[in-house]
Amino acid sequence: MKKVFGRPKSMKAAEFHYCPGCGHSIIHRLIAEVIDELGIQEKIIGVPPAGCAVLAYNYFDVDMGEAPHGRGAAVATGIKRSLPDRIVFSYQGDGDIAAIGTAETIHAANRGELITTIFVNNGVYGMTGGQMAPTTLVGQDSTTTPGGRRLERDGFPIDLSEMLAIAHGSVYIERTSVHSPKHIIHTKKAIKKAFKTQIEGLGFSLVEILSPCPTNWKMSPIKANEFINSTIIKNFPLKVIKDEVGKL
Amino acid sequence: MGEKKLLRGSHIIAEAAVRAGCRFYFGYPITPQNELTEYMSGALASVPGGVFIQSESELAAINMVIGVSMTGKRVMTSSSSPGISLKQEGISYLAGQELPAVIVNTMRGGPGLGNIAPSQGDYFQATRGGGHGDYRTIVLAPGSGQELADFTRLAFDYADKYRIPVMILGDGMMGQMMEPVEFPDPIDLDSLPHKSWVLDGAKGRESRIIKSLILDTAAMEEHNWKLYRKHEIIEREITHVETFMIEDAYMAIVAYGTASRIAKGAVKKVREMGLKVGLIMPKTLWPFPKKFFLEAGSFITDFLVFEMSTGQMVEDVELALRGRRRVHFYGRPGGVVPTPEEIAKAVTTIYYREQIDRRD
Amino acid sequence: MADKLTKASIRINTELCKGCYLCKATCPENLIFVSGKLNSKGYYPANYSEEELDIEKHACKGCALCAIVCPDLAIEVYRG
Repeated sequence: MKKVFGRPKSMKAAEFHYCPGCGHSIIHRLIAEVIDELGIQEKIIGVPPAGCAVLAYNYFDVDMGEAPHGRGAAVATGIKRSLPDRIVFSYQGDGDIAAIGTAETIHAANRGELITTIFVNNGVYGMTGGQMAPTTLVGQDSTTTPGGRRLERDGFPIDLSEMLAIAHGSVYIERTSVHSPKHIIHTKKAIKKAFKTQIEGLGFSLVEILSPCPTNWKMSPIKANEFINSTIIKNFPLKVIKDEVGKL
Repeated sequence: MGEKKLLRGSHIIAEAAVRAGCRFYFGYPITPQNELTEYMSGALASVPGGVFIQSESELAAINMVIGVSMTGKRVMTSSSSPGISLKQEGISYLAGQELPAVIVNTMRGGPGLGNIAPSQGDYFQATRGGGHGDYRTIVLAPGSGQELADFTRLAFDYADKYRIPVMILGDGMMGQMMEPVEFPDPIDLDSLPHKSWVLDGAKGRESRIIKSLILDTAAMEEHNWKLYRKHEIIEREITHVETFMIEDAYMAIVAYGTASRIAKGAVKKVREMGLKVGLIMPKTLWPFPKKFFLEAGSFITDFLVFEMSTGQMVEDVELALRGRRRVHFYGRPGGVVPTPEEIAKAVTTIYYREQIDRRD
Repeated sequence: MADKLTKASIRINTELCKGCYLCKATCPENLIFVSGKLNSKGYYPANYSEEELDIEKHACKGCALCAIVCPDLAIEVYRG
């Protein structure tokens, strides 16, 4: 029999450090599969974040350069401006991109930097132990919102992708999820489209991916995926937020 | 052959950077160094491969520097004191990741927003690493237009050679003064030494990681010692110090940058009065020329450290002399630029009070 | 015998498994079970064994849904 599914070539043979049921490693795999399919392993450079995915460089078998917390878009900008014919992506969590790194991200998008950002939205600061993220839902528990996020104290969750869609230099922005096989398959398509947007030199591209964090949500992996399906996608609807690829 | 030009200090650094092969500059406006940023915007638009971005913040600028440095190209950013504080996060990462970069600090009065007048209040920040963690950056302190040009070239060479961030420390006066400068020819980019560690896509080789996260404590300790050993090599190899009339001096003023120019005038004045006073001008503030001071202490009994601050470099002079000689201090913080006469008066007071030339 | 009847198969690297059981919940044929033996990480891993299945009734179709949802790249899929 022939192997039809296995470890992508662009991934190292390393065991993931992520918790059981974590979405990060699924997203890593999807990125690696896209890198393989586009044949860009030897010309792609990744920028991992601070946070749970800080160790992403242990898994991707491509050149990787660590960015300080939130600065992925600026570091990626430097790399891409230096090497315009390479493919550059930043991999960022919600705290990284939508709190501490908001300015860098919006300005990179608005300049139309030819980079691709993979924005993993799990609504929580995972690595630091489950504090409120900019994307934590109203009412959702975290270690800094005991009893749930309250509007009057904590404000609204931020719709960063929608904000980025307003930026003139962004070309393709989509929100997807990895809570079911169907959504995982679609997420891969979105990632591929985002990379192609960059390869074709069209502008800034970003895929926001809703991702489970069973450990900090204090749910089983199966329940965590159900929570995305029942609740999170109501607040963060899955959709193409901006697509000007065909128009350019 | 080189080229002679009359330029202001900020433009000298910018022109020298481009001639040193710097094709990437990222910066954010702040007075008193905007002329540097403005010059780079034009200069990099007119050289092939030049990239200039006026960034959204100092943080963004230094992180764009990190990105370019990862690809092995020569890159520079500049700012003034408050902006340099913002860049310190990135400078710490550059140090941890062992990435070369050149950072210009045109110091102004502080703390906080302070003012825009020439100051030397950032000496500690510059020479003690500046950001978090156990590291140093090379700190160059030019004192003339020609030195601005020469040290800018050196800054890029040192950054590449030692894989370390290098800071050029000046102030608004250095930045504004017009001086004729002999620029060296632009370097041939292809002549720069090959960098074996860059990120450029893992074509035909193993993939690479540039990072500063080292969770294993033993490995982190080893990394810290590795940086320390590098610092030791730098201390041995690149200490610069200039002197003026110290051969027969009993007393020496110690000053850098703008202060050293004022001090030179003061030395000329007190020499006319017959006082045996010279001038020591450290040009590398880190590494500090410790060994030189020990040697100078064999014949100079009194050192007057003059800084445009409340006293920062004076600690390094005291450390270098290890209590063997008297160290005096004269400071004018807050952006005040004293006259040579004022410094001459301070020298004279100490000289007679301590009866310097009657001892031995 | 089983090999001849099965057109597809999966292989679970039980040492990589962290016991999230997303694969078990996803398999349309209910072919994945929880092993009674701890792996070296301390999890009861998901497992698949044709020996323990009634291949006549339940056969792996090689749909790969289990591998697609596996966060730990523990599952390889083979088709005949």
